[in-house]
Amino acid sequence: MAGERTSTATGILGWFDQRLPVVDFWNKHVGQYYAPKNFNFWYYFGSLALLMLVNQIVTGIWLTMHYKPTEAEAFASVEYIMRDVPWGWLIRYMHSTGASFFFAVVYLHMFRALIYGSYQKPRELIWVLGMFIFLALMAEGFLGYVLPWGQMSFWGAQVIVSLFGAIPWIGPDLVIWIQGDFLPSDATLNRFFALHVIAMPLAILLLVVLHLAALHEVGSNNPDGVDIKKVKDASGKPLDGIPFHPYYTVKDMFGAGVLLCLFAAVIFFEPTFGGQFLEHDNFIEANPMVTPEQIKPVWYYTPYYAMLRAVPDKLMGVVVMGAATMIFFLLPWLDRSPVRSIRYRGPLTKAAISLFVISFLVLAVLGSRSGGGIAETWLARVCTFIYFSFFILMPIYTKMDRVKPVPERVTMHD
Amino acid sequence: MTKLITTLLAAFLYAGTAMAASTNVLLAQSEANVSDEASLQRGASLYFNYCAGCHSIKYMRYTRIASDLNLSEDQLMNNLVFTGAKPGDLVTAAMPESSADWFGAAPPDLSLTARSRGSDWIYSYLKAFYVDPSRPLGWNNTVFPAASMPNVLWDRQGIQTLATHGDEGGHGMRLEDQFELAVEGTRTAAQFTQDARDITNFLTYVGEPAALQREKYGIWVFFYLLLLTGLLYVLKHEYWRDVH
Repeated sequence: MAGERTSTATGILGWFDQRLPVVDFWNKHVGQYYAPKNFNFWYYFGSLALLMLVNQIVTGIWLTMHYKPTEAEAFASVEYIMRDVPWGWLIRYMHSTGASFFFAVVYLHMFRALIYGSYQKPRELIWVLGMFIFLALMAEGFLGYVLPWGQMSFWGAQVIVSLFGAIPWIGPDLVIWIQGDFLPSDATLNRFFALHVIAMPLAILLLVVLHLAALHEVGSNNPDGVDIKKVKDASGKPLDGIPFHPYYTVKDMFGAGVLLCLFAAVIFFEPTFGGQFLEHDNFIEANPMVTPEQIKPVWYYTPYYAMLRAVPDKLMGVVVMGAATMIFFLLPWLDRSPVRSIRYRGPLTKAAISLFVISFLVLAVLGSRSGGGIAETWLARVCTFIYFSFFILMPIYTKMDRVKPVPERVTMHD
Repeated sequence: MTKLITTLLAAFLYAGTAMAASTNVLLAQSEANVSDEASLQRGASLYFNYCAGCHSIKYMRYTRIASDLNLSEDQLMNNLVFTGAKPGDLVTAAMPESSADWFGAAPPDLSLTARSRGSDWIYSYLKAFYVDPSRPLGWNNTVFPAASMPNVLWDRQGIQTLATHGDEGGHGMRLEDQFELAVEGTRTAAQFTQDARDITNFLTYVGEPAALQREKYGIWVFFYLLLLTGLLYVLKHEYWRDVH
């Protein structure tokens, strides 16, 4: 028969393999996927992000079984989960802590790509797909934050949705269209629930599949930025590569163990993380008549919130905030360095990355504060300027910078 | 690389101190400890005798309180339930909703006050009532100025007046230094401190009843994961022998 494959597998596996390419798939993506052998600490965060995604989906399904997405019942249903649903508190804390851990892990994963030039040719598309995941995750986090319908949920939604109102001409109508009402209400909560549990997770899952497919097509980068496919043995296997399974499956399991220890420490002993993961004001039910003293987003949005506030004009603030997240997309084409890894780059690039990281962290702190003072506003402006300069000046300083010679083969440090 | 990590760490530490400095309300330490069962029981008794008439804890069930605080159903029904509620009911206030404006403002539900305002706030609030003839009910509070609520614990605490330090409202002063006791109560100062602590402790428990289980199971989960991680490290080390 035309197109019939002969499987090397026998028995049940053989039966399946003749009908579905399970063996090929396993070999291509796990068993014979050769990854560089010199992955270091920073290379744990990809698999950890996947672990957190699974955590969010599984705990999310269970929360959905008890949560009520209505203005009248949402807040009470969360408390019902916390008190009356057996182990509901654990599921809820796993989900709320998981959101913060997911962002922490993703930020570290992005930082890894930044310092080792993992976005450079031929991995541009992996980076671009990853950025889409990041944006989808930001939307997902925001939508989810609205669901408990506490004061911060309501006022956070009000602030963020009103940003769309800054768009000329269509802005005010767009806000009403998004909310389905003149202010965040039952209609808003209901559609945000739909987007949070169906639309965004589907988009994120699809993007993760594409992100991994693109990665496995071109192969993983490594801390030396060396192309391991250049040096192969007689059978065509990269000399500096090792099969993902069992080497990286066992290594990533260890990484997962460490992360889960930290995860459990937060869930069981400090689930609000001092008001950073679950904010104090969100234990008050949403009340459109009472504006909280301070409206601030959760920690993972604060750098961008600080930028928004630092710009006097609302529309320009929105543009700056949007540009700050979008500009990451251009990274593969802004970097003109002949080397990938920070290990072989010169002082200019190292200084630029350090300044960028500092400005990002300072913005994160500023965005979490009430932000009244003129000194803080100017500090936020300076940091915003550094943030954008890092990208805009990149073609210049990466080209000017002197680089060290890159070795033929990878170096092992541990 | 090492330099970069040091810079990162320094930035994080700075971030930590900056966040810690952003709260500046002077509150007394409640020393709430939800694993002190006797304190929770006393707190529950005080709460249902002095507070529950007006303040509901509407996300909490009577039976849950009884089982968490090791009270029998008889103890529960005789000592804590004054509204004719059934054991499985949520704790609503005895005061009818139509009387919400008795004191000028509806008494808030206290299920989550310990989580939104914090235990120290509740404890300080309970101890910060003083006589103020300018207020409709003759009472004011330094922690929550112009509070509508009178001091329902006055028979226990006695009657406080604002100390004459010249500093209006006692801002920035320690709680104990803000007041003078004009009329003795049925409890000594130390006993009343314990009363306030017990009520605060009970409301802290009510804010998150899961805290009792959380910390109990947490130890086991954490040490199990630690052991598992140790074993996974050994496994990884064994597999990686031929790579190094």
